Parts: sequence; C-alpha cells; structure tokens
Amino acid sequence: MNTTQKPIMEIKDLRFIYPGAAQPTLKGNNLTIYENQITAMIGPSGCGKSTLLRALNRIHDLYPGCKYDGEILLRSNTTGEMNDILKLRKENEFIKLRQQVGMIFQKPTPFPMSIYDNVAYGLRLSGIKNKGELDGRIEKALKEAAIWDEVKNRLNDSAMGMSGGQQQRLCIARSVALKPKVLLFDEPTSALDPISTAAIEELISELKKDVTVVIVTHNMQQASRLSDYTTFMYLGDIIEFGPTEEVFLNPREKLTEDYITGRFG
Amino acid sequence: MNRLLLNKIILILSTLSAFVGIGFLFWILVTLTYKGVASLQLTTFTHDLVEGGIRNLLVGQFTMAGIATLVTVPLGVMAGIYLREYGNATRVTSIIRNLSDIMTSAPSIVIGVFVFAFLVEPFGTFNGWAGAASLGIMMLPIIISTTDNMLALVPKELREAGIALGGSKHKIILQIVLQAAKVGVTTGILLSFARIIGETAPLLFTSSNNQFFTMDMNSQFPSLTVSIYNLATYPDEASRNLAWAASFVLTAIVLFINLVGRFVTRSKHL
Ligand SMILES: Nc1ncnc2c1ncn2[C@@H]1O[C@H](COP(=O)(O)OP(=O)(O)O)[C@@H](O)[C@H]1O
Ligand SMILES: [Mg+2]
Repeated sequence: MNTTQKPIMEIKDLRFIYPGAAQPTLKGNNLTIYENQITAMIGPSGCGKSTLLRALNRIHDLYPGCKYDGEILLRSNTTGEMNDILKLRKENEFIKLRQQVGMIFQKPTPFPMSIYDNVAYGLRLSGIKNKGELDGRIEKALKEAAIWDEVKNRLNDSAMGMSGGQQQRLCIARSVALKPKVLLFDEPTSALDPISTAAIEELISELKKDVTVVIVTHNMQQASRLSDYTTFMYLGDIIEFGPTEEVFLNPREKLTEDYITGRFG
Repeated sequence: MNRLLLNKIILILSTLSAFVGIGFLFWILVTLTYKGVASLQLTTFTHDLVEGGIRNLLVGQFTMAGIATLVTVPLGVMAGIYLREYGNATRVTSIIRNLSDIMTSAPSIVIGVFVFAFLVEPFGTFNGWAGAASLGIMMLPIIISTTDNMLALVPKELREAGIALGGSKHKIILQIVLQAAKVGVTTGILLSFARIIGETAPLLFTSSNNQFFTMDMNSQFPSLTVSIYNLATYPDEASRNLAWAASFVLTAIVLFINLVGRFVTRSKHL
C-alpha cells in the first residue's frame, strides 16, 4: 500500500447527535478517506456506521434538528482546497455537495418511472436538458454500472419491473451519471442474492478508477475482498483505521481482533 | 373437546350472520334492479324532472360533485403533503390530523346545517354553490387522510435517494414521492367521489332541488339524491317508479366508480 495517496475527505473530531437524543451517536471521530480507494466501515449493528456515512453527504439534514460538531473536509475540484461541508447552509450548496458525494442504499431505490428517466433524473436536476447529451451520459453511466446490455432494448420500460440486483445497478448508474467524486454505499448487497452481490462487488471494484468509494458492510469477507482501507467502529467511536490487510491480519486493537474473528457481533 | 365444540359453534354462527348480511344486501340489489329496470325508459335520460325524467338531476348532481372535487382534490392533496412531508410530527400536525379524522366521520346532516348557516341563510336562497360546498367539506378530510396515509407508505429511502441525487425537497415530493403514491391517492379520490355522489343529507337544505334544467349555481339546483328522497314520498305510482329508476341509476354509478377504484388499485404500472 503506497503512502502517497491523496486524501479526498477528512473527518475531524466529528460528533453527531440525532434530534431528541440525549447522547451523541458519534463521539469524536477522526478518519481520512483517500482518493480512488475503497474504504470499508465495519462494526457491530448500531455502532454508528450508517450515521457516519450519512454525515458525509449531509443527508441527515433532510430531517431537522441534527447536531454536528467538528469538521468534515472535502477537497474542492477547482481549487484543491479542503472545505468544511459542515459549514454549508443553503439548499443549493447542499445540492452541489450531493452531486459530488452520491449515495446508494441498502434496498434498491428505483424511482417509479422508466429506466431511462431514472438515470436522467439527476442529470436533468443538474441542468442538462439536451437530448443528445442526456442519451450519451445515460448510455455511458449504464455501461459503467455494467447493466447496459441488459437494458438497452427496454430503456422505456418501468424500472419497477427489474430484478433486485438490476435495480441496485440501475441506482449505481443513476449516481455514477453525475460523475461524483465520492460514492457512499450503505450495505448495498445485504438485500441481494449471492450472484447479484458478486456482480455489485465487481462493479464497485471497477468504479474505483473514477470515484472514491466508502462502503458500510456487515459482511467481513466483503470488506476484506473489496476494500483498500478498513475502519472498525464500536459504540460511536472509531476504534481502528488502516489498510485493510493490516486491520484484518494484524489488528492493533484487541476489540478489532475480537470482532473480526467473530467473538462478538 | 370443549374447545373444538366452541370452535364449531362460532364457525356456524359467523357463517350464518354472513349469510344474513349478504342475503339482505342481495335482496336490496335484486329489488332495486328489478323495479329500477322495469321503470327505466329512454325518456328517463332525455327528459327533466318536470317531464318525468332525470336528465337535469344527473347533470346537477355531477356538476355539484364535480365542482366539489375540482376544489377539494388540490386542497386535500396539498394538505396531505403538508402533514406527511413538512409537518415534522409537531403538535399542530397531530391536531390537524385528528381534526381531519374526526371530520371524516362527521354526520353529513351536520355539515349540511353548517353550510346552510353560512351559504344559504345569508343569501336567502338555496343554491348550487352551497351544495357543492357541503359535498366538498365531506370530501376534504377523506382526501387529506388518504393522501397522508399513502405518502406514509412510500419508503423514506426513496426520498433520500432523490435528495442524494441533488434534488430539492419539493421536487422530490412532487416528482417521485407523489408518483410512487399515485395509485393510492387516485383510489382515495375515486372512493371519496363515490361517497359524495350518493349523499342526500348535505344537499337537502343547501342546494335543495330543482325540477327544471339549470346551470345557474345561484339558484336552487337539481339533485338526483334529493329527488329520490322527495319522489319516494309522493303518493302517485309514476313518481315512485321514477324514484326506483333513479335509485338504480345511482347505485350503478356508485358501483361503477368503486369498481374503477379497485381496478386502479390492482394495476401496478399506472
Ligand atoms: N434517526 C435516529 N434517531 C435517533 N437515533 C438513531 C437514529 N438512527 C439511528 N439511531 C441510533 O444511532 C445508533 C447508530 O445507528 P446506525 O448508525 O444506524 O448504526 P449501524 O449503521 O452501525 O448499524 C444506534 O444506536 C441507533 O439506535
Ligand atoms: Mg446501518
């Protein structure tokens, strides 16, 4: 693992409190996300993996009353500076952030519209109206999500009629179409069968050429197969972070070792 | 052994009551169809009430129900959206939600009296607007709560997925969430329409009735249901036959709308 990789996001002393919660769910997390690398988040259920992931595109802010403390830095395309996304306030700033930091959910979330319109949706929101450009971007995104061959003859069919695995790849295509810098995956295969899971994993490995990936997973094999870096969380703290090989083969913390070897979960 | 016996008794009793219920319903439907069809003539649909037909009544009833629907649907759907998507489960939201639920079961005659006081009394005459308003007030809470409930069925991940693609909240609600809830909301609208099209009490002293064809909403307005109510109490055979015919037509309309509602619910890709 070389050490010249560039950070694309940096999380500094991040505390997060859900509305109405007495205790913070994240208790001062520090983490670096490296560009074009896959970072896996593992840890027992309820330890705060999703909460941390969802802070990275501030999707939490859809619900009023969430409290953040600390910094989440994201490297700017234009200036190369690290800007704090926790400083964002205006809706158009959030929209810009989410165009750069996309998100894939546990259950596939196809919109009730055609396959074509699903992928076009984010593109149209970003202001692309030209049919030719849309067609091009959509074809490219569907190819990148390895689903073009399956759907090219039925782009106008409803996305609701696809299989779960296809829907999940469609959702990835929909996000990839916006050319995001970072893609966040929250247990993207836990609702899928093994074959679809393998396809999604292969796809994620391919994607890292163009995009940085952060993936929450319950599946230890998936984390070790797929990721370059792994972070282990426990009760709202980041216990360990490092190159995946090290974390899995030679963990520094006893807690990490216990978790990885299945002594608790 | 005792338990099995009890089981059997309950099974027999419930089957029996089901048959009694269905039996009466069937009896009503058969009588209605028999008498209704026997009294139907071509002129029933081409003539107005003065000449022994129901043309003006059908037009009047649908006009008032139609105006009620046109006004109530956007209002009710928007209110439902507010409650579910913007209300954030505050006290105000829950008060509105409860009020709306209570309104759903408000006796229709009470709504009629209320509208009478505000839209009939001050103007000194029964009028079509008052009728439409009564029907609208009946319809509104039904549409609010179906919209509210149908939006609640849309998984929150769908909203989040839209937001994560760079959408703004109102666009996601209108273009995705409402789209996903479309079938349910449409069904709710259809069923609430079926409900009001057969109402008599809210029209009795709001629009009252009119024997003649009119489109003047400022005057007494023709109504199918109020006419059935009146005709049925007249002593002459012809009037009562017309009441049967009108009842049959009304039942057929309501049945048809309900069937469409069910069909819409079942069709997956609307
Ligand atoms: N919307 C919420 N409001 C309050 N607490 C929440 C909310 N969502 C999650 N939590 C709590 O935050 C903690 C972390 O949850 P989460 O990030 O979903 O865990 P993980 O993804 O690691 O399973 C849990 O204790 C959970 O109960
Ligand atoms: Mg989770």
